[in-house]
Amino acid sequence: MSKATRPLSPHLQIYKPQLTSVLSITHRATGVVLTFGALAIALFFIAAASGEEQFNTINGVFDSGFGKLLMFAWSFCFFYHLCNGVRHLFWDAGQGFEIETVYTTGKIVVIAALVLTALLWIVA
Amino acid sequence: MNLRTPLQQVKGLGSAKEGAGHWWWQRLTAIILLPIGLWFVFSFLRLIGGDHQTVIAWLSSPWKAALVVLFLAAMFYHAKLGMQIVIEDYIHVEWLKMTCLIAMQFILLLFGVTAVLAVLRLAL
Repeated sequence: MSKATRPLSPHLQIYKPQLTSVLSITHRATGVVLTFGALAIALFFIAAASGEEQFNTINGVFDSGFGKLLMFAWSFCFFYHLCNGVRHLFWDAGQGFEIETVYTTGKIVVIAALVLTALLWIVA
Repeated sequence: MNLRTPLQQVKGLGSAKEGAGHWWWQRLTAIILLPIGLWFVFSFLRLIGGDHQTVIAWLSSPWKAALVVLFLAAMFYHAKLGMQIVIEDYIHVEWLKMTCLIAMQFILLLFGVTAVLAVLRLAL
């Protein structure tokens, strides 16, 4: 099979972004970002098990301005990925495919992620 | 009648009989991560900026330590499954794709196993 050189659909350069497509790629992007968050969480526990000195070092990084900014971004990614993941689970069950429903749930996901992020930083 | 495509016959690759496995485990770990992830994020943020003893005390509860281990296992496996799809979808150069897949899985396995060992060491 020879590789086709003809243009493929969708033509991303001229593709009009829609809420649906933007939320879809954001789900993947947040997933990749969260993978790096997973590594950071691992480092936190590894340092804690290595000794108090190592723990204080990494705890200082997490507690710094940069660390807090990073954790804030990670927490939003987490809540977005979680909420949109629930949306995906409903699709897997065959629910919510009507175009208006897809847009409504998309908006709910964004709002819920913002609310949960705010709640986390107020409570914790 | 042979239903295989000519390409499949040339490559000699048939079904590995685990086609739905990736899909299923991604959903299963997602459902596990929903409650445990929420609990973990709220608990974890409180540990940041605290002292070493607080982390040790937190993990001295068997239930909490077990939930953290379960969280880490589900999260790292979920991350591996998701990153695999992203790499497979966006990297089209075969050798680079394979290199990224192997490196990604090795790094996630290393961090995941080490983090679990660290939590166990603190808990026991």
